[in-house]
Amino acid sequence: MSGARNITAALRRARVPRPSLAIRTVQFITPLTARTFSASSTRTSDSRQIKFTSDAYPNLKRNPNFAEISADDVAHFKELLGSPSAVIDGVTTDATDDIEPFNSDWMRKYRGHTRLVLKPKDAQEVSKVLKYCNERKLAVVPQGGNTGLVGGSVPVFDEIVINTSRMNQIRSFDAASGVLVADAGVILETADQYLAEREHLFPLDLGAKGSCHIGGNVSTNAGGLRLLRYGSLHGSVLGLEAVLPDGTIVDALSTLRKNNTGYDLKQLFIGSEGTIGLVTAVSIQCPPRPKAVNVAYFGLESFEQVQQAYLAAKGQLSEILSAFELMDGRSQKLVIESTGNKHPLEGEYPFYCLVETSGSNAEHDMAKLESFLESVMGDGIVADGVLAQDETQFQALWRWREGITESLSHLGGTYKYDVSIPLSDLYLLVEDCKALLTEKGLVGDDDSFPVRAVVGYGHMGDSNLHLNVAVRQYSKEVEKAIEPWVYEWIQKRQGSISAEHGLGVAKREFIGYSQNETMVKLMKQLKNLYDPNGIMNPYKYI
Amino acid sequence: MSGLRILVPVKRVIDYAIKPRINKAQTGVETAGVKHSLNPFDELSIEEAVRLRERKGPIKVEDILALSAGGPKCPDVLRTAMAMGADRAFHIDVPDKGDGGPEPLTIAKMLQAVVKEQNVNLVLLGKQAIDGDQGQTGQMLAGLLGWPQATQASKVDIKDDAGTVEITHEVDGGVETLRAKLPMVITTDLRLNEPRYASLPNIMKAKKKPLEKKTLADLGVEDTRRLKTLKVTEPPPRKGGGKVEDVDGLVSKLKELGAL
Repeated sequence: MSGARNITAALRRARVPRPSLAIRTVQFITPLTARTFSASSTRTSDSRQIKFTSDAYPNLKRNPNFAEISADDVAHFKELLGSPSAVIDGVTTDATDDIEPFNSDWMRKYRGHTRLVLKPKDAQEVSKVLKYCNERKLAVVPQGGNTGLVGGSVPVFDEIVINTSRMNQIRSFDAASGVLVADAGVILETADQYLAEREHLFPLDLGAKGSCHIGGNVSTNAGGLRLLRYGSLHGSVLGLEAVLPDGTIVDALSTLRKNNTGYDLKQLFIGSEGTIGLVTAVSIQCPPRPKAVNVAYFGLESFEQVQQAYLAAKGQLSEILSAFELMDGRSQKLVIESTGNKHPLEGEYPFYCLVETSGSNAEHDMAKLESFLESVMGDGIVADGVLAQDETQFQALWRWREGITESLSHLGGTYKYDVSIPLSDLYLLVEDCKALLTEKGLVGDDDSFPVRAVVGYGHMGDSNLHLNVAVRQYSKEVEKAIEPWVYEWIQKRQGSISAEHGLGVAKREFIGYSQNETMVKLMKQLKNLYDPNGIMNPYKYI
Repeated sequence: MSGLRILVPVKRVIDYAIKPRINKAQTGVETAGVKHSLNPFDELSIEEAVRLRERKGPIKVEDILALSAGGPKCPDVLRTAMAMGADRAFHIDVPDKGDGGPEPLTIAKMLQAVVKEQNVNLVLLGKQAIDGDQGQTGQMLAGLLGWPQATQASKVDIKDDAGTVEITHEVDGGVETLRAKLPMVITTDLRLNEPRYASLPNIMKAKKKPLEKKTLADLGVEDTRRLKTLKVTEPPPRKGGGKVEDVDGLVSKLKELGAL
């Protein structure tokens, strides 16, 4: 069989010509250490400098209560963490290039001024670091794979970056219960591969899986592609270990499915974006890996039909439905433009959907899927479509959905709005936004217009839309045209201004559109209780 | 020449994106519960046959017959072939005896019989199946039929209605262009084309296309084996590299190994 394996490699090279893969290696798959290296080398040759967040948001002022990092502090951390690779010191040495990747996000939208990056290897080290920082009033930013979309994981001023990449051990896995216990810095894909060998699945999957850390996923309550099937992390995370700013280690690393013993405090760390503590380990319930997975890709004529297709999928595929994703025609055109790949369908349609089924019995699933496909084709809901016939086609079809974010990033900047809206109005937001920007004369095909396209895609099954405004360059003019218009639009429909990306820096001022005053006040009370000095991830939403 | 009657033999194999595992008895590869799909080279042959039809060249394509020999799951790949554009299919029922299936010579004899019976004048087949990796069937078939053959085609061009065909195939350091006259045998290679997706309307249509079941005996062929597989083993596992903490660690490691 060795020959077959070689051919496999050759086949991949020959048959799937994807420039995107090479780029993806740099941006997503490479572990953080390698990425640091490549990122710094490209950055120096890149003419476009990322704007400092402090310049982009002039109303953000450095909190004078925070101390400045001194050479003594650095010496203390070096002694504390022992290993020379655990400290990137830009205070007493010139480490600009090494620190840059920790200072900015991959979308090139946010950039901080930190001069110190710490990489503790376990909760004890994190505890010592935070205790010291708290006493000295040194602000910190917890950071995982730094794949966030709202600038939550990068510093604004000189906050110390506490990176979780060295906490990367899988602690245990119990096949009977499916509970995985792992350090916060384990890369999502690594965790999933570990589980794959044990016939289980990580209950979260998203485009950045090759570099995001599971601690970061939990801290931001990442949603992803299969939330429809496996639910939110608020349900699948059974326990976690976190460190509070005063150095207290919160050991709530329960592996129990049911545990009704008082307040469920771990929930506070899920989705709070590192503002009350730093997650150092996670225990999570993992489902058995489906043995049979199928994916179909549809072209549809209207959003009305997309909704009908979704209802049909829910009704007919029910328990095997694992993803129902929406992509509009413009988003797919941009992927073609960026990757040069041939589109799976012959004709062009205003909407595309990707439907995935996962089950345990291939024949049963296929029978269900075929009758579903026959009904949606027969009823004229779906205009055209393809069904993946093998694993390669399966992967290729998913890339038409997963590759959108990345494709947009190659074509310039993107204003991203990740919103929950009632299903019937889901796509109206994109149409309204496009009309608004067109009316203001901002959208056009040549370089004189700042906006390239207004696109929409997202997790149809979760009523979660990604409204993306692809721009040639970030500009205040475009931003002012969209915000707060978009938030008002969502508020009117009782939607959420951030379905799964979080608030970070990007949406810090807009929390009021989705949470009332009482809720924000309660959040502040909790924040003050656990982080009285406010050193945890400051200048963000709280 | 009246019309092209193309035969495309296809094989159901373990999906090439899946890592094959040796069975416990070390007699072959574990196939139970493993995702199977159409042999990728055969996908290219089907695609090329369909493109010959769509290209509307000097000779009209009259018939595209897909054929597969194997167990009860074979119709799956035949339906895929028909969804991609084959007109009809033969399933040659060969029960799985766990011995890796019939040898290339048996398959070639079987194809020879079908070629005669169905009046085929062009056989397009993958240069090899990725399970057995034998890469012999096309050549043996050409030998049995006494037809010209062109292997590892990266381009197939029908030049005129007299049945002149030009085939380009890749050789070390360049390409070679061959010319032959129909009837002939062509084996396909990776750069020939990019196979299409099976579209939903075509998947539906494929269900109604004729799929005939036959046996080797119907074609007057006996499944005899000349080779016996003694043992199948995995290559020795790759030894993992060591990790160093930092640059100093790397330098001292390199010195230790005498690389510096």
